Amino acid sequence: MSSYEFVYAKSEAEQQAARAPRQLSLLALGLISIGSLLWIWWAVTAAGLIEPLFLPSPQTVLARGWKLITEGYLDASLWQHLGASLGRIGLALLFAVLTAIPLGIAIGRSRLVRGLVDPLIEFYRPIPPLAYLPLIVIWCGIGELSKVLLIYLAIFAPIVIATATGVRSVDPAKLRAAQALGANQGQLIRHVVLPSALPDILTGVRIGLGVGWSTLVAAELIAAQRGLGFMVQSAAQFLVTDVVILGILLIAVIAFALELGLRALQRKLVPWHGQAH
Amino acid sequence: MALLELERIGAQYPGAAEPVLQDISLTLGPEQLLVALGPSGSGKTSLLNLIAGFTAPSQGRISLDGVPVTGPSAERGVVFQDDALLPWQNVLDNVAFGLQLAGVPRAQREAKARELLSLVDLAGFEQRRIWELSGGQKQRVGLARALAAEPRVLLMDEPFGALDAFTREQMQELLLQVWRRTAKPVLLITHDIEEAVFLATDLVLLAPNPGRIAERLHLDFGKRYAAGESARAIKSDPDFIATREHVLAQVFAERQRRQA
Repeated sequence: MSSYEFVYAKSEAEQQAARAPRQLSLLALGLISIGSLLWIWWAVTAAGLIEPLFLPSPQTVLARGWKLITEGYLDASLWQHLGASLGRIGLALLFAVLTAIPLGIAIGRSRLVRGLVDPLIEFYRPIPPLAYLPLIVIWCGIGELSKVLLIYLAIFAPIVIATATGVRSVDPAKLRAAQALGANQGQLIRHVVLPSALPDILTGVRIGLGVGWSTLVAAELIAAQRGLGFMVQSAAQFLVTDVVILGILLIAVIAFALELGLRALQRKLVPWHGQAH
Repeated sequence: MALLELERIGAQYPGAAEPVLQDISLTLGPEQLLVALGPSGSGKTSLLNLIAGFTAPSQGRISLDGVPVTGPSAERGVVFQDDALLPWQNVLDNVAFGLQLAGVPRAQREAKARELLSLVDLAGFEQRRIWELSGGQKQRVGLARALAAEPRVLLMDEPFGALDAFTREQMQELLLQVWRRTAKPVLLITHDIEEAVFLATDLVLLAPNPGRIAERLHLDFGKRYAAGESARAIKSDPDFIATREHVLAQVFAERQRRQA
């Protein structure tokens, strides 16, 4: 993206200058709304309008955060909870990427595979993961496998569908150009199809990761001993509201960080995306 | 040297009543720059797709040095109307792409690619991104890419159709220089009459519905340019103007015949 900005910085310098204050004010608006929310939170708790049981004050939550980092919660430090959750979603994502991308390419390239597999994916995709969670527990027990499998299934479908879409929209002229340069089927996929579909694949990963992260809490309801979802759940059972709030904030912050990271990755891996070429 | 032969080629889209191309016979050999000129609907691009091997003819036989054409291959290089370059590779990698596919080691293929980039006047553009190039530069990269794979014939599908008039003239002159230096047989598809008359050693006039050969001409304006005469002198030569008007009249006559 940096080259994009570089190219336009010269030709559209004035427009850029005109646009800059608007971008700044968007950021400022965002800060204002978040700041106001924090202020209201502080004000209502400081004024004693709401019982700390329902809404602890921001400073209590912060203090609890420090305690979680130093002492941990329910026999595990915050890092261990965090690591357990990130490990599960990371493992599920890894398997999803390894299986969904090849399958998506096969669906996009072959009419036969598309006809056979598409109905299955379209059938299971709209089912909320919580609905088939009981079945997974019956089949795979209450161990790590069930948790990772649930997240995996949630991530798998968006990546397959996005990959297949990306593969099917590859510019036929580029395929022909590669064929006329002597490319065989494998080389076509490696050098033309995969890079062409990469923007769509990364979008699929972004969507999949979003869905997977929201499924995480559900997955950690199954007899977990660690994990952010588990932490929030058990804290709720003991009415430790500050841990609940902290856990929710942490889940939100990580989801946001993942999204930003993937966007940065997308800009780095597919700098040509959105360029007129 | 290579000899491309088309014997009584016919092509038909599945389900279509009329054939796209009917009874096309052509030969293309060394030192030849064959231009197929025709209005839209005359099956120009279909003809090129058949020769490139992207589609198969319904009748007739296409062969290169006696070997039948069965599919796309590196021995028939193609330059496309919309460059069809790969934006995830820089200019140098795009030009070296055919050699990369053939398994040529990096150092060797990059040396060859640099050589071809200087042949199309793009030395110094190796590390550029595709989207940083102008339309004419992209077409030159496309030409260098096709030539780098060392094809035995070069097929060009309206390569200058999307360029502005000034760039188009420059590209025509560049093509003639490259053609003279590489001595490859070239088949060029166009709907631009002046371009066709200027470039062709052999001009084939296609008529539409169904696409067929209406007239064949042997011309020498391209050779005169390659021999050193200036493009402006050739294009203002009465011979050139007469030929251009003749071809134009043929195209209009064909159109009126169809309307009548």
